[in-house]
Amino acid sequence: MSLRPVSRRGLIATGAAGLGGLLLSGCDRLSHAPSIQHFIGRAEGLTLGAQRSLLAGQPLAPEFKVADLSPVFRANGSTMPASPHYQDLLANDFADYRLVVDGLVGQPLSLSMAQLKSLPARTQITRHDCVEGWSAIGQWTGAPLARILALARPLAPARYVVFHCADNLGGGADDSGLYYESIDFFDALHPQTILAWALNGRPLDVSHGAPLRLRVERQLGYKQAKYVMRIELADRMDKLGRGKGGFWEDRGYAWYAGI
Amino acid sequence: MASEATLGSPSEISPPLRRRREVIYRHGVVVRVTHWVNVLVLSLLLMSGLNIFNAHPELYWGKFGANFDPSWLAIGTAHTAAGAQIGILRVFGLTFETTGVLGLSAGPHGGVLHQGFPAWSTLPSWRDLATARRWHFFLAWIFVANGLVYLLIGVANGHLRRDLAPTPGELSPANIGRSILDHIKLKHPTGEAAKRYNVLQKLAYVAVALVFLPMMVLTGLAMSPGFNAIAPWVLDLLGGRQSARSIHFVCANLIVLFVIVHVVEVFLAGVINEIGSMITGRYALPLEPHS
Repeated sequence: MSLRPVSRRGLIATGAAGLGGLLLSGCDRLSHAPSIQHFIGRAEGLTLGAQRSLLAGQPLAPEFKVADLSPVFRANGSTMPASPHYQDLLANDFADYRLVVDGLVGQPLSLSMAQLKSLPARTQITRHDCVEGWSAIGQWTGAPLARILALARPLAPARYVVFHCADNLGGGADDSGLYYESIDFFDALHPQTILAWALNGRPLDVSHGAPLRLRVERQLGYKQAKYVMRIELADRMDKLGRGKGGFWEDRGYAWYAGI
Repeated sequence: MASEATLGSPSEISPPLRRRREVIYRHGVVVRVTHWVNVLVLSLLLMSGLNIFNAHPELYWGKFGANFDPSWLAIGTAHTAAGAQIGILRVFGLTFETTGVLGLSAGPHGGVLHQGFPAWSTLPSWRDLATARRWHFFLAWIFVANGLVYLLIGVANGHLRRDLAPTPGELSPANIGRSILDHIKLKHPTGEAAKRYNVLQKLAYVAVALVFLPMMVLTGLAMSPGFNAIAPWVLDLLGGRQSARSIHFVCANLIVLFVIVHVVEVFLAGVINEIGSMITGRYALPLEPHS
């Protein structure tokens, strides 16, 4: 009986010291365990569900004034695709460029830059948020994706809009490092989701994704695929890349980048 | 429930052991459970947050901010006149050498790491933005749920009003001055006075529970482009996304500062009794000096 307070004291002291040590070494082990990472990754579904229910009315991402523009819009990721095909297109100022729209569509498309620019354009000044933490504000002009999808007439099983890009960010000799991204129809049909061909009133330069890049304004920077060559409509993502729906998603980042 | 959360209600359960110290039931079960959940979750949120910060160890004020824009805080490296590489922290134009901790630190397996916060302070210990974000947003949900339980029950059973809200008398300059002097002299209340929190303690707890921790959630959400479309007014309130990111960082630092003072006070006031009371709820009142 008289030992009880002592053992409780011992317990508290050992517990406090043990907890600290456990926290540091244990966390790294938990960060390596695929089952744990899969479990905590399920919070992404919670975030997606919560945000989508609050976004049901499809509100716009904040738009800014010309006075708010970043003096320098940081270019990130690939800034010059090295593939011979892209270099040829660039040498000819993208006169031979064609945006291919295929997959689960009723009408496959092959659109030139002139055709894309003849579609009613939307101009928006929005903020680009890199997953790393920085932000830049720029003015984008481009064709609403909804308009292009309407021309291609998606088939009923189509759930995802996949963007295949010209840049090989993986850097390897094969195509396994080619950049790609995907969004669902909730974001694809949003009025601010455009395929941009101009930044700050000038034709898109190479470092920012020439000739065409995606803007999906309610998500982070890695969703804003640059150098878009082909749009594929798909019913599932597991057959693309490593199956997670994008270059960075295949490397551990969340598919839903609204946070 | 209401009586359980009451600070200072005499305990009928444990008779005083050995010495005649009055034991009171100090912390209700909701306060105790949410406190320890917060200890774990906030520690891991801080560590994963530092890993995320290391992806871009610079802070800006306003709507935008990237490498070419002026930052008010940056952690990085520099070279001395002799050519040696050092870690530096720059705040409001003042530069401090922080080699070994910030900017330049030792790796867990030897070698030198060029990163903002050192490996021992981050979750995971290696640089991994994707994994750090996965931890951070998982933990954030637990933190929000835990905080809501604490606040809703704290309002419902009167804990916040009764135990944390300072009375007008306590807020008089004389009383606050006295309390500051007591803290400086490391004089801790005894007897009857020890049944209540003192005014500085109340103000600190109110600031953390009702201002700084909720502010972490609000500024965290303000960095989410999805949430920006849902509630653009939050951005206007905070002065833009990069301001929100700065406030998120500053509030996290203030919470760390609070925890340091809190833990020091726990040790000064009697570590076994204080930690024990946050586990069992029962707190032995410190004896009057002359009794």
